[in-house]
Amino acid sequence: MNFPAQLKYTRDHEWAKIEGKTMTVGITDHAQSSLGDIVFVELPQVGKVVKPGDTFGVVESIKAVSDLYSPAAGKVVEVNNRLPEDPGVVNRDPYGEAWMIKLELAEPANMMSVDEYKKYVESLS
Amino acid sequence: MLKRTALFEEHKKLGGRLIDFGGWEMPVQYTGVLDEHQACRTAAGLFDVSHMGEVHVEGADAAAFLNYLLSNDVNKVAVGQGQYTLLCNDHGGLVDDLVIYRRAVDRFLVVVNASNTDKDYAHMQKVLEVFKKNHSGAKVSLSNESANYSQIALQGCKAESILQKLTSTPLAPIKTYWFAEGKVLNSIPAVLARTGYTGEDGFEIYVPWDRGTEVWRALLEAGSDVGLKPVGLGARDTLRMEMKYPLYGNELSDERNPLECGLGWVTKLDKGDFYGRSVIAAAKEKGLKHQLVGIKLTDKGIARHGYALFDQTGTTRIGEVTSGTQSPSLKFSIAIGFIDIAHAKAGTAITVDIRGTKTAAEVVPTPFYRRPY
Repeated sequence: MNFPAQLKYTRDHEWAKIEGKTMTVGITDHAQSSLGDIVFVELPQVGKVVKPGDTFGVVESIKAVSDLYSPAAGKVVEVNNRLPEDPGVVNRDPYGEAWMIKLELAEPANMMSVDEYKKYVESLS
Repeated sequence: MLKRTALFEEHKKLGGRLIDFGGWEMPVQYTGVLDEHQACRTAAGLFDVSHMGEVHVEGADAAAFLNYLLSNDVNKVAVGQGQYTLLCNDHGGLVDDLVIYRRAVDRFLVVVNASNTDKDYAHMQKVLEVFKKNHSGAKVSLSNESANYSQIALQGCKAESILQKLTSTPLAPIKTYWFAEGKVLNSIPAVLARTGYTGEDGFEIYVPWDRGTEVWRALLEAGSDVGLKPVGLGARDTLRMEMKYPLYGNELSDERNPLECGLGWVTKLDKGDFYGRSVIAAAKEKGLKHQLVGIKLTDKGIARHGYALFDQTGTTRIGEVTSGTQSPSLKFSIAIGFIDIAHAKAGTAITVDIRGTKTAAEVVPTPFYRRPY
C-alpha cells in the first residue's frame, strides 16, 4: 500500500496536495484497492462551492458506490475530465493521473498527516 | 464463526479477498473482478462453489416425490441427465432454484443454494411428510450431504480440454446439462456435470469434501498455460448477470412466483400436481402484474439492487432493480428488475432513479451476452 509522505489525508480516504491556495484532491491507494475495479466516476462542475465533508462526486466499482467528500472549503476550479472516460485510471495511478478536482481554498484545511493516516488505515483492518 | 470450504487455505494463498457470503467465508476476488470475468469469457475460470448444498434423494419413489416437490418435470430426466428446476412454497413463491442430477432410476443428487441449504432441507422434509400421507408406504429417503462434497466449477471455452487432462472419462460426448460419473486424478470419484452459471461451456465437478484441494490445485496447474484463473464471487455475479440468470435473494424470493420471474419454462403446470402448483396456476389465470426483464442503460450510471424504475418521463414508478452492474463484456451498464407488465416489452424506454437522477434506459431482450462459439 502506497502512502506518499508529501500529501495530506482524510478519514474518508481522500488525499490532498496543497500548493499555495490550490488543493488537488483524489482518493488514496487504500480506497481504490478496497473498492476494486472502478467503472464509473462522476465529478462536479467547475465553480461548485464546497465545505469540508460536502459530497463533490461519486466513484463506483463493480460492487459498490462510494461518495467523494471534499477535504476543505473552497471552489472547484478544475476537474479531471479524463476520469469519466477512463475510470480504470483511479486503480492504476490514484495519486497521479487520477487526481479528481482542484479547489481554490477558502481557508486552511485541517487534515491528517501521512503518519496519522497510516495508523488510521491500520486500525481499520 | 463463518463456515469455510475445504479450499479456504488455497484462497488465502492465492491472495483472495475474503468476505462473509451467506455465513460462508468466501473469496470475492483474487486479482480483480474485471480480470477474472475476462479470463472466464476468453479462456477459463475456476470457482470454488463448495458452499452450495447437496441433498441425496433416493428410493423407489424418489422420482415421484421429486415430481411433487419440484416445478419441472422429473419424468423428462434420464439417468445421466441434469435439470434446472424450482422449489415452491404453498403460496406459490420460490423457496429456491436448484439443479437435480439423476444418478440412477431411483437415485438423485439435488444441488441447492448455499445460504438456503437448511431452509430447503427443512422444506423438503415437510413436503415429504405431505407426500407420504398421500402415498402410504412410499419409499423415499432424504439426506443432507452438503458437508461431504467439494464442488468446483470450471467454466469457459477451455474448460473441456483442461478437465480432460485430469480424467480418462471422455468429456466431449457429455452434452450440456448431462453428466458422467468417473474418476479424476486416477482415484478420486467425481460427478462431472456439463452445467454452470456463467453462460460459457464448462463443468461443475463434485468430489469428496477432503479431496477438493487436490483437484483444485491440479486444475489450476492443468490450465495455467491456457489462461485459466481462479474467479471469486464478484465476477461470478457479473457473469451470471450478463446471462440474466436469476440469483436467489436478488431476483428470486419466497414472495415471487416463478412466472413473474421468467421461469415459466421450468414450471410445468400441466405435468400433474406439485407443491405450490394451484396457486401459481391461479396467478397465471388472473394475469401477471410484473415481469422480470433485462434493462440496458442508455445514459451513464450504474443501476443497483433496490433502485426504483420509472416510466420514460420519470413520473410514474413502474418497478425496481434487483441486480445491476457495468457489464465487463459489453462495456455498458445492464440491470435486471421487476417491471409492471405494461412496460415489460423489449424496446420500451424507461428511466432508472440513480440517487435522484432519472437516467435513461431501455427494456432489452436477454441474455445480454451470448458466447461466440
